[in-house]
Amino acid sequence: MQNLRFRHTAKRRLSGTKDKAIIGVVASGNLEVLLERVLPEAACEVEIATPFRGYDDTWKAVIAEFVERSSPGGLRISINDGGARPDTVYLRLMQGSSLMEAQ
Amino acid sequence: MADWHAERRARDERLAAGSKFSTGKMVAPKDVTGLLEALVRPGDRICLEGDNQKQADFLAACLANADPKVLHDLHVVQSGIVLPEHIDLFEKGIAKKLDFSFSGPQSHAIPRVLKSGNVELGAIHTYIELFARYFVDLTPHVALTVARSADRQGNLYMGPNTEDSPSVIEATAFKGGIVVAQVNEIVDRLPRVDIPGDRVDFVVATSKPFYIEPLFTRDPASITETQILAAMMAIKGVYAEYGIKRLNHGIGFNTAAIELLLPTYADKLGLKGKIATHWALNPHPTLIPAIESGWVKQIHSFGSEVGMDDYMRARPDIYFTGRDGSMASNRMYCQLAGLYATDLFIGSSLQIDLDGNSSTVTVDRIAGFGGAPNMGSDAHGRRHASGPWLKAGREAVDGHPAVMRGRKLVVQIVETFSEKMVPAFVERLDSLELAEKFKLDLAPIMIYGDDVTHIVSEEGIANLLLCRTREEREQAIRGIAGFTEVGRRRDRKMVAQLRERKIIRYPEDLGINPLDADRSLLAARSIQDLMHWSGNLYDPPNKFRNW
Repeated sequence: MQNLRFRHTAKRRLSGTKDKAIIGVVASGNLEVLLERVLPEAACEVEIATPFRGYDDTWKAVIAEFVERSSPGGLRISINDGGARPDTVYLRLMQGSSLMEAQ
Repeated sequence: MADWHAERRARDERLAAGSKFSTGKMVAPKDVTGLLEALVRPGDRICLEGDNQKQADFLAACLANADPKVLHDLHVVQSGIVLPEHIDLFEKGIAKKLDFSFSGPQSHAIPRVLKSGNVELGAIHTYIELFARYFVDLTPHVALTVARSADRQGNLYMGPNTEDSPSVIEATAFKGGIVVAQVNEIVDRLPRVDIPGDRVDFVVATSKPFYIEPLFTRDPASITETQILAAMMAIKGVYAEYGIKRLNHGIGFNTAAIELLLPTYADKLGLKGKIATHWALNPHPTLIPAIESGWVKQIHSFGSEVGMDDYMRARPDIYFTGRDGSMASNRMYCQLAGLYATDLFIGSSLQIDLDGNSSTVTVDRIAGFGGAPNMGSDAHGRRHASGPWLKAGREAVDGHPAVMRGRKLVVQIVETFSEKMVPAFVERLDSLELAEKFKLDLAPIMIYGDDVTHIVSEEGIANLLLCRTREEREQAIRGIAGFTEVGRRRDRKMVAQLRERKIIRYPEDLGINPLDADRSLLAARSIQDLMHWSGNLYDPPNKFRNW
């Protein structure tokens, strides 16, 4: 198991008031994402636990793209990876931030 | 004195040699190899169907059993290289030269025989291109065809699997060639006549029904959420945007997802009756929910699909059917329909380069083309206007030229990574390396970039019609190439500008909520769901019955 951690400053705080959401499942080719609104304003932290080594650059790119496109300020995000492809990871993150924005 | 009858005399000699093995037109199965050794001559062009779906498998096995000392150097001119026997012909030295279109199940064997020097490759054609050459410079001397049943006069009934046969037999029978048919049974009265008996010289009834390859069944259970997301973008960003009513779908999970979203997602968008009404399409089981929900007006098909016979028979308002009630297909006509009478083709590919060229060839796999290069091309002979065609034509130019022409929408829909993390977007197609390795005159390109109007991935849509320079085109493609190397090397500033100009559009630009990309949005989530939608008329092949 490998653990990765990324810290970003988003463009702004994510809208909505929901304090917690979870989406996805830990299964082969899938992943579970926990999102918590616990950080100040624009701060965003992502922690990843993955059984696959050697994809650090890909994770870094996926998280950076997600922060750029959805601006998840205030969120701590924990990922339990089951070997998901980067496109699936990105979709789950976007779904997660959508859930946090929902009224 | 000029001799104008040499071809007919040669045919008479062959028929006389063959008649030693027949009673009238009827030949016993055990005599077929002998018949073929008597009829066929070394160096002949031979078409052994060899279609996309149906296979003259018995005749293929008999020909592969022929003595290479008697039969050699044959030139195989058939659309599909599908059975192991098709490869055996080359490995045994019976056949030497090959002109074909499609090689799905044998796609790994073709490079192997090329490497061994057993095959001299003519060209990989698109279907109508090969059929056209049957009438110009690749006319078969002998055609080995396959039908469901025959009568004693040699009339043939093919049912839903007519496919290539009318084109093959027309070219062969009317140019002094010989036609041999394998059939499942001999009957007194055929349900309908697909091929008139005076075009058929010999008939053999086999003990086992001919093989049909199920090619167009995609199990909804395997459709992923990223495929659903891409399908939503295609529907909202292309079908709705241009008002696509007349279309063709290639085969794959992405297009199956679109078919299964019509009665749900597209319905919510209020698109019923406005898109996807008239089709040139194989009988995809995944279209059943859209048909049952009243989305589809009519469908003409290239071939059939295993398990769809009863359903199509029960829906004659939708499908083309004979007086007997069974569906009728014709690959030549349907390919022409797809070329001239549809406004959109959408299909998948293995590799797309930075100019938008696509290919299904890799260094160890030559799958051929089938119909995609034809469907996926702008018909320069088209002279009728339609809304989508004119809109696409306007997008391709600036201002108002004196002479305006439309454009067919040619859409590639791909996942940025395949299951095994192989990227779909590449700097250089494997096809080019293969062409160098085997010294081919032409690298096999499935769809040329200048014919492609849109590329859809799970990341977004690139509208290539709106690009004005090669650099814009390259960045438009990089901008939807996700986390592949090609995608990560994008010029972020330029991609942002292309997004401003709506050349690149992401789900958020189209008002698509990623939470909606869920399997519950599919009208059917399993093969069993499709059966239920069909009122149990759809009878799926065994390999798809997992319950």
